[in-house]
This record gives sequence, structure tokens and C-alpha cells, in this order.
Amino acid sequence: MDTITREITVAAARARVWEVITRAEHLGRWFGDAGAEIDLRPGGRLTLSFEGHGTSVGRVVRVEEPDRFSFRWARSREIEPAPGDETLVEFTLTETADGTLVRVRESGFASLTGDAAAYRRGNVEGWAAKTTELQRYLETVPA
Amino acid sequence: MSGQALAALADPTRRELLERLARGEASATTLARDLPISRQAVVQHLGVLDAAGLVRSARYGREVRWSPRRDGLIAAAVWLTGLAEEWDRRLAAIKAIAEEG
Repeated sequence: MDTITREITVAAARARVWEVITRAEHLGRWFGDAGAEIDLRPGGRLTLSFEGHGTSVGRVVRVEEPDRFSFRWARSREIEPAPGDETLVEFTLTETADGTLVRVRESGFASLTGDAAAYRRGNVEGWAAKTTELQRYLETVPA
Repeated sequence: MSGQALAALADPTRRELLERLARGEASATTLARDLPISRQAVVQHLGVLDAAGLVRSARYGREVRWSPRRDGLIAAAVWLTGLAEEWDRRLAAIKAIAEEG
């Protein structure tokens, strides 16, 4: 319940995938949509900007080329990650016959405190709206 | 949806309580009879689930019976699904960028 794990196979060399997940010019496209900055070393600062939703701040945890990269990031915008307001994102890259298996694990949701912090993120607002719609729909359907 | 609901659901005993309640409303005394924990522990767990919006109580004479809250459970499920979908989108974008050059 505290962790989300997803994976995808990419038809590219692991070194190429490593660049995509760790370099600012790419992070600003697949994670943020309005640019990113990263100081790629443990403890280094990471910023992810979102069009119309401000900037999220993170801290790099592990940089173990070629297969492990992780960072903590704050749920609230514009502030440093801190206990109660951060989750941990861990990437693992594995070479396969088809290319590279990219596995991502995000954890720490159970330790988030307060709706306000969680809802401040744009996408969460979107899900909250979706939740309300779904609830309204389900209320019209007999249990 | 806050971490509170997820933290409440992260505990196996509370999940077991919810599963038991999904089969029908029950009092803390009845729940304690079905599970290997004390009535006092059941009451504490129900308090956590109640605060997280996952159960509700109703009074029948001198008895308080508990039942699951559909809205709270659905909100937790939708929230987790949304997070998973967001990562699927990000992974698809990583794939597209890596494969383009």
C-alpha cells in the first residue's frame, strides 16, 4: 500500500536509458514539462518544473551508474523534501535481450501527512476531481 | 486522499478488519471474537480506520456496529491507480526519448 512499482522495456542500450533518466535536458521532458536541473551526486539538488504548477524540489540519493539512480522529492512545490512531505523514487536498469528493462519504485506514501501537501500537486488535484466524479457515479448505482 | 488512509491500510490487522467488515457490519466485541487480538486492540484499530475515513459506526441500542466506507476505500484505490498511471506515462516518455536517439 505504501509503494508503487511499474516497469517498461526500452529498445535502447542501458547507457542511453541512464542518460535519459539522469540528465537535466531529458528529466525536463519526461518528468517535468518546463525544464529540470540536477546536480548528479548523492545529496545533489534536483528541480522539476511544471507548466502552470511551479517547481518541485528533490535530493539525489543514489547514483550508481549504470543501473541504480534514486532521489527523494517533495510533494509540496517550491520547498525541500522533508519527512512527512516526501517520497522516494528508485530506478533500476537491467540489460535484457530486447534492450533495457526500466523498473521504477516510488515509496513513502503512507508517511505523508496532511491532505493539503498531497493535493498541492497538480496531478493529484486532477485525481481528486476524478475521485469525486467516481463517487458521485457509484452513489447512483445500487451497492 | 492523504497518507493517513494509506498508513491505515498498510497494517495487515486493519486490512483483515476491513475484509471482515466487508462481509457484514459487526461490533468490536464480535470482531475480537473472530480475530486473535483483544477487544481493546480492535477498538484502537477501528479508531485509526475511522479517522482515515475508511469505516463508520452506527448505534443499535447499546451496541455500536462498524461497517466499511465505500467512498473512503474508493478514494484510496483511485489515488493509487492515479499514481500508477502517472508513472506509466513517465515511463512511456522515457522509452520514447531513449528510442528516438
